Parts: sequence; structure tokens; C-alpha cells
Amino acid sequence: MTTTTPPTVSAPPPPGVVSTSARTVRKRLSNPFASIAAIVIAILWTAPTFGLAITSLRPQNDIRKTGWWTFFSDPTATLDNYRTVLSSEGSAGLGSFFINSFVIVIPSVIIPICLAALAAYAFAWIEFPGRNILFVAVFALQIVPIQVTLLPLLKLYVSAGVAGSFWTVWLSHTTFALPLAIFLLHNFMREIPRELLEAARVDGAGHVTIFFRVLLPLLTPALAAFGIFQFLWVWNDLLVALTFVGSTDTVAPLTVALFNLSGTRGTAWYLLSAGAFVSIVIPLVVFLSLQRYFVRGLLAGGLKG
Amino acid sequence: MLIPANALIDAPDSALGKFSQAAVAVLLFVAVVSLILFIASRFSGHRGDRATAFAFLGPTVLLVSVGLIYPGLRTIFVSFFDAAGKKFIGLDNYHLIFTNSDELTVLRNTVLWVVVTPLVATAVGLVYAVLIDNTRFESFAKALIFLPMAISFVGASIIWKFVYEFRPHQGSIQQIGLLNQIVVWAGGEPQQWLLNEPWNTLFLLFVLIWIQAGFAMTILSASIKAIPEDIIEAATLDGASRLKMFRYVTVPSIRPSIVVVLTTISIAALKVFDIVATMTGGRFNTSVVAKEFYSQTFSADNQGLGAALAVLLFVLVIPIVVYNIRQLRASEAR
Repeated sequence: MTTTTPPTVSAPPPPGVVSTSARTVRKRLSNPFASIAAIVIAILWTAPTFGLAITSLRPQNDIRKTGWWTFFSDPTATLDNYRTVLSSEGSAGLGSFFINSFVIVIPSVIIPICLAALAAYAFAWIEFPGRNILFVAVFALQIVPIQVTLLPLLKLYVSAGVAGSFWTVWLSHTTFALPLAIFLLHNFMREIPRELLEAARVDGAGHVTIFFRVLLPLLTPALAAFGIFQFLWVWNDLLVALTFVGSTDTVAPLTVALFNLSGTRGTAWYLLSAGAFVSIVIPLVVFLSLQRYFVRGLLAGGLKG
Repeated sequence: MLIPANALIDAPDSALGKFSQAAVAVLLFVAVVSLILFIASRFSGHRGDRATAFAFLGPTVLLVSVGLIYPGLRTIFVSFFDAAGKKFIGLDNYHLIFTNSDELTVLRNTVLWVVVTPLVATAVGLVYAVLIDNTRFESFAKALIFLPMAISFVGASIIWKFVYEFRPHQGSIQQIGLLNQIVVWAGGEPQQWLLNEPWNTLFLLFVLIWIQAGFAMTILSASIKAIPEDIIEAATLDGASRLKMFRYVTVPSIRPSIVVVLTTISIAALKVFDIVATMTGGRFNTSVVAKEFYSQTFSADNQGLGAALAVLLFVLVIPIVVYNIRQLRASEAR
């Protein structure tokens, strides 16, 4: 995950903010070829999702016989596919996996954020021997691909007696998130003026008080930004879940269930289409509703490393 | 004591039980951290600094050592052993990766992924960012390309598998996959896109292009907007055409961002697992290093070879990451 993330690069501006140069060069899309190219890309990027969305609303028989584009000449819609997919009964029901995804994601977001905030504070504002070496070490761990850790970690979980439980995914996601989270939050912490902390120290506040009273409120945007990131990552993860809880139906998340469905019933498009949409909805809502926050947080941290 | 411990570890069947277990996990974690913080706050002065640092970093160092460093070293160690992890065989696993024809196909596919995906995704993102820059519907147009980023690789794979769906071209059978329908409309024969190598790998990696173009567009669009206005004005006054402007002003100005985007996407392409696993399961010669690692480790029970593949992945990532970080530093220093 570490490097598929955009935060360290200059971040996108918040939607709605028009740059000052907008007016000076606004003659652009007048070129018809440019318009056509942009429209072609936009269609190519949205048609597949749109097609699957339409499919998820068509009766099982129609899906098998005709393409989704015939829906416009012969519109018959049903919610049956969603009903089948959301029920917890039967082999096709994804209802319980949906719950598992939530149960996995909540601790996997809260715990690494808190730990990373504490660690980042220590790296940024406490003098102790070996600080720089330790920070570089944690920073460097970002490059370790999680594949390298999977089998030994699985064996550790087995000998600890927690194999196949939620604990394996919670612990794994927490560990894998820490290097990047610490790095990002550390960047934010360094931005906070030293005077602010020194003033608090003069007033007799200890590190613990400073952390909670002074820093935490200032860090909220950064914490939220990383929180959304981690949420999307954990919710969309397949590899970690498949490795540690892939064979345990009471624990496996939606991605694993969909993956299995695609393998065993690869032509059951009435299930796959509705199932895919159920899994897409939550991250999409989170992403769209918090995008502003996400982008603003990244901007603040990304401008200066 | 045994019963409550089991209740804490085993996954409950009911939704309520599961959520309570999650709540217990979070509360347990909060309790441990509070205790650490409380003890740390008892110390003062220089000793207090050290105690606090120790308390703040303790959980992180513990988790990272047990969950990343130990397993990483262990995997490197195991990569020199045979399938069962018992007998030392030196570099044989690595030798196999570079000589066995199946493994060579895996390497060829990985190279395709790492080279083609970043180039096309970045090109699409860049062109699109330039085309829609400062138009009336910019934020809407951006959202369209950006949304796939929120979709899981598994979800995206299903979306595209449906596009590639094949029905035999005979009688009254109609195509239900969009791509084959377009081919039929154009008067061609429908194809099994995911079956014929090496083209099937290109159809697979297009899914990652589809996901990553939004990332490229967002980052590059931000850098385009950051190009100093006087440069653009000067070029406009000189009568530069749009193409020339793109070639001689836009691209050179945002070069560092382009490099960062390219390297970031190539790392994602190198580690790709979900897409291959969901769409073909690595069959039809579409496997890549990350997928092959998984198959060897967990399906074929060849621990040694699996470990060697994981280490290979690690070794391949390092130069790209180092280059990425250097470029980032360079772009910040300007």
C-alpha cells in the first residue's frame, strides 16, 4: 500500500477552488478535437461501471440473453438480485460478509491512527537518544511489500492460537499501516510552531497533556485524511484477508466473498453485478462525502515534506 | 479463565457478537495505551522525556518488529530452502525463477505490467487533465475519472470481466459483453479476450490503467495549476500553439510530478495481485510475480519458491522507491 498513495506529492486543490489564472486562459475547450478526446476518455471510463449498474437491476433471464444496452429499448427492472445478494441465507448471500467488512475495518482504522499519532509525536517533539536512526528505520519499512511478511506472520498467528479470527486481520492491517501513517503524521507535526509547544511546557504541561490538549485538536484534519485512506485500503483489501481469514466464512470480508463468487460462479452475472455494487457503495459514499476533508488534509501535509 | 479467552478470540456468529468483539478490541487497546500514558506521565524532566518516548514508541516498535521485520528476515532466510522449508538449497529457487519457462512467462507478464500500465495511465491522466483544465465542467469531469480509485480491485475486475464477456458467435446468441458487442457491430468476430496470450495480459492491465488514471490526473492537474502564470503568458504572447505550449511549457514544468506519478503507478503494477487473481486466477499464462508468490506459497505448498518470489518483489521495488523519493526531494527543493 505504501507507495500507491498520493499524499507526499502536491495534492489536488479542493473542488470548487478556481485558480487565479482561470480567466486568462479560459479559451481552451473551444477546440472540437479536444472536446471529442475528453468525451471519449470520459465515456470509456464510466461506461463499464454504468453497464454493470444497469445489469444489477435487470432480471436474471434478461441478463443471460441480452446485453445491458438493450435495457433502454426494453426496460424491465427488478431489485431481486440485490435481495438475493443481501440475504444472509443461501450460498449466494453476502449479507454476513458485509457485516464482516465493517467489523474488520473499524479497529483496523482506529488503532493504527492512534499508535501512529503517539509515535509521530515522539519522533517530532521528544529528544531521546537514537531518535533519528529509529525514525529512518520506520520510514524505510514503507518499502517492504506485504507479500514478504505473509507466511511467517500466518505461522505466528497459528502458534499464538488466533488463526482465523478477526484479530489476525486487525493486527496485520495495523502493522502494515504504521510506517506510512507515522511518516505522514510526523510531517504534519513538524509544521506546528515550536513556540506553541514551548509555551505549554512553560505552563508546566507534560508530554501527555501537550499531546492531548494542544496537538490532537490541530491534527484532526491529518488524522481524518489518513483515516479515510486507511478505510479505503482495508475495505478494498483482498490479499491480507484472503491469507489470514480466507477460509473462515464467519470472518471473511466482502472482497473475499466476491472473489470466491467470481471463481466458482463466474457466469452468474445477476449475483456478481449486484454483489460488486454492494461492495462499491460504502467506499464511494465515504470517498465522496469526505473528499474535501481528505484533499484539504493532504494539501497541508503535502506542500512541505 | 479459558472460556472468556475463547470468546474473545473465536469469531462470533451473530452480527452483534462480532461488533462487540470489535468494540472489546478497541477498548482493550485504549486501556493498554492509557496505562502506558499514565505511567509515562509520572516521570518528569530528562528521565521523563525518555520514559515518554519509550511509552509512545513502544507499541509501534513492538508491532513493527514482530509484524514486519521478523517476517521479512524469515522470508529471506526461507528463500534459500526447499519446498518444505527443511533442506538448504542455496540459490536454486532464484535460479529456477530465471530459467523455468513458466516462471519466465510470469516475469515477462510482470515486465509488461510495470512498463505499460504507468505509461498509459499517466498519458491518459495528463492529456485529460490538460483537456479539461479551466473548463466549465472541470470538477464533474474530474470526478468521472477519479471515481474508480474508490473501487476495490476485486470490484473493478468484475466490472471489466463483464466488459470482456464472450458468447460464441452463432445463431441467435447475442453478446452480453460490451467489447464483443462493439466488435460485432463493427462487423468482426467476437474474441475470448482473456484467453489468448500475450494479449490477455494487456486486457488485464487495462483494469489497473483504468484505476490509476484518476490518480495521475489529480496529481498532474494540481501541478498544471501551479505553473507560474507569467510563463504561460510569455508563451501565449510569443504565439505558441496549444500543442507547442503542451510540449515546451506544460510538460517540462511538471516533469518532477510526472516522474513521481510514473514511479508510483509502476510500484502498484509490480505488486498487482487482486486483478489477476479475480479475472483469470493466473491461468492462460497471465500470472505475475505477486500472484505466483501466492500460488506457490499457499496452493502449491512450495515455501522456498514462494519466499524467493516475495524477495524478488522486494528487490525490484527498492530501486523504484529510491528513485521516487529522490525525485520527490528534488521537486521539493526547487
